[in-house]
Amino acid sequence: MGTVATYGLKKAFGEVQALDGVDLEVPDGSFFVVLGPSGAGKTTTLRAIAGLEKLDAGSVHLGGRDVTGQTPGTRDLAMVFQNYALYPRHTVFENIASPLRVRRDSSSDVATAVDDVARLLHIERLLQRRPAQLSGGEMQRVALARALVRRPHAFLMDEPLTNLDLKLRVEMRTELTRIHRSLRGTFVYVTNDQVEAMSMADQVAVLKDGKVQQVGTPSEVYERPVNRWVASFVGSPRISLLACHADEDRLVGAQGWTLPRPRRTTAETGRPLLLGLRAEDLSVERRGEATVEGEVYGLEPLGDHTLVDVKVGTEMLKVKARPTVAGRPGERLSVTVDMDRAHVFDAGTGLALTEAAR
Amino acid sequence: MAGIEITSLHMRYPDGTVAVDEVDLSVGDGELFVMLGPSGCGKTTTLRAVAGLERQTSGTIHIGDTLVDDLPPGERDIAMVFQFYALYPHLKARDNLAFPLRAEGLPEPEVRRRVDEAARMLQLGPLMDRRPQRLSGGEQQRVALARALVRRPRAFLMDEPLTNLDAEQRADMRSQIKHLQGELGATMVYVTHDQVEAMSLGHRIAVLNQGRVEQIGTPMEVYDRPASLFCAAFIGSPPMNLLDVEVADGSLRGQGGLALPVPPGLPDRRALVAGVRPEALEVTAPGADGAVRGRVVSAEVLGDEIIYVVDCDGQRDVRVRMAPTARFAVEAPVGVRHVGGPPPVYDRDSERLVA
Repeated sequence: MGTVATYGLKKAFGEVQALDGVDLEVPDGSFFVVLGPSGAGKTTTLRAIAGLEKLDAGSVHLGGRDVTGQTPGTRDLAMVFQNYALYPRHTVFENIASPLRVRRDSSSDVATAVDDVARLLHIERLLQRRPAQLSGGEMQRVALARALVRRPHAFLMDEPLTNLDLKLRVEMRTELTRIHRSLRGTFVYVTNDQVEAMSMADQVAVLKDGKVQQVGTPSEVYERPVNRWVASFVGSPRISLLACHADEDRLVGAQGWTLPRPRRTTAETGRPLLLGLRAEDLSVERRGEATVEGEVYGLEPLGDHTLVDVKVGTEMLKVKARPTVAGRPGERLSVTVDMDRAHVFDAGTGLALTEAAR
Repeated sequence: MAGIEITSLHMRYPDGTVAVDEVDLSVGDGELFVMLGPSGCGKTTTLRAVAGLERQTSGTIHIGDTLVDDLPPGERDIAMVFQFYALYPHLKARDNLAFPLRAEGLPEPEVRRRVDEAARMLQLGPLMDRRPQRLSGGEQQRVALARALVRRPRAFLMDEPLTNLDAEQRADMRSQIKHLQGELGATMVYVTHDQVEAMSLGHRIAVLNQGRVEQIGTPMEVYDRPASLFCAAFIGSPPMNLLDVEVADGSLRGQGGLALPVPPGLPDRRALVAGVRPEALEVTAPGADGAVRGRVVSAEVLGDEIIYVVDCDGQRDVRVRMAPTARFAVEAPVGVRHVGGPPPVYDRDSERLVA
């Protein structure tokens, strides 16, 4: 097992700059998630690490060794894709065993290794079946088992849970965390699903337009996003952003509201800003000093909580409330803001101008 | 606008497959009614029968007071919005909106009035003079929705209209559709496999499974008291913990000794399953009162909350929703206990709610 690092990866497809200087340092044994929307360059990064993509510039290092020019076969990496390509005519056992057969391991070693990994993934009873007799979730487990049966330098996974239904995805998330811990392997995992990223990762790298925006633990990325884009992409519901500017001791909203200026804002007076407020840092039930007036646009009951959409002029706030909260569209109300947890971004550059106290 | 009555709807295909099995649904005038279920549950087939795109094997469908079984789709006075927004690529958004009205032969001033009104409601302003290829997926879907609105049909039928949008656009469209539906007082039947969408949109939800209705209720009814183990597992993310329980001396106990409050009217049976929401449990120090012993498998840090997955005595993968300030280390020994009122309880064999 070992480290994976990329330095200054660049790759263009025609006019499109898919990778624009991607630097990543994945520690040995970590569950490292590359998160971004489609077109961010996630899969291209993964393929570059695997040696499947010819780079315009930059280098890939495995265990401290520069492998940039080397063929995929010599890199000792195992990959799992969104579309699990199993051999349809082979049993599950043979499918899982195939990477070991290539290496000509002894058949007793193969049997032990397959049994071990099958137990890890709870597919012991499927070993004699063929892929056509498996459900989607079972096939995905078999594909994972085939990758995990070896002890490669690192595991590369490209959205392996995308085709599963919600319930199975939730279960597989836990399963992958468990597997990662028991293998102590390095996982580089690509996804566009921020819940998946947050729930499994030791470290998240948020990617956009071929550039790394931020690297950190899930909490760091959520609580201290470096720019408005990361703030919007991470977290559900999306952070609400309100246009404003700062004067000496206040923030003055484009929609006419005023709020106390957050203590640790570096924003210059008069500069156009965006105030970023997460749903749980807003309340229509508590009363506080810092408030914004608005009207109810709609209620979204989600079971354990209800989201209240509050229209503030032409802008919208999403507020997390108890499931029992009441309100009719058009009803006026005031929203209490926890300014200690507010984010301030430069409206032009999008960069964070405050570090929220958490 | 009008209500919709579906009575004993049955759809059997020539190969013998039963897609819809004796479904009864009553959608109120002005109601936003959601049909929720996994693929193959019969929700889209039911919707298509209402639209007249499929002919039922038996059963009747009324829209308002009209029995529509023998009416072709064009005469049912409904508007459909699909997953794939079918816009005319060579027409500007404005003309895409006007098209169905001109086809009906409405006078041009009336066409313009209705188109402008729909554009205002969906805030299409600057998009109106663009052709579809210059619109994003979300914008195209808003235009498709506006085109359904301008006709002022008796009901709107929506078939997973947000499926192809990204998470951000879906959330925006969700609240817009709900707001719009309320403003118009429109009757809307909305089909989805996404339980978040169903919960946040619907006045009432019908949960379908294998062609049958499992439950009909408000979002909170369906969330708080799922009528079957299927509904319990399908609604909520992460879903309910389904825990094997026993009634002993008037108390309810899970594996490993987890104490649960007893719901009124609980039958004295052995094979029972309690449906316990992740927020109805808490992680505690090991050995706390009423807690079962466990070990933390993972902590899913989602920002505004943490989902702890705990292997408990006798029960793997118990999911617990906690505030983001909770601090329990992975692998740490902990306790898990129940908080709040009695959980819904199911018969393990019939899989139905019994208390």
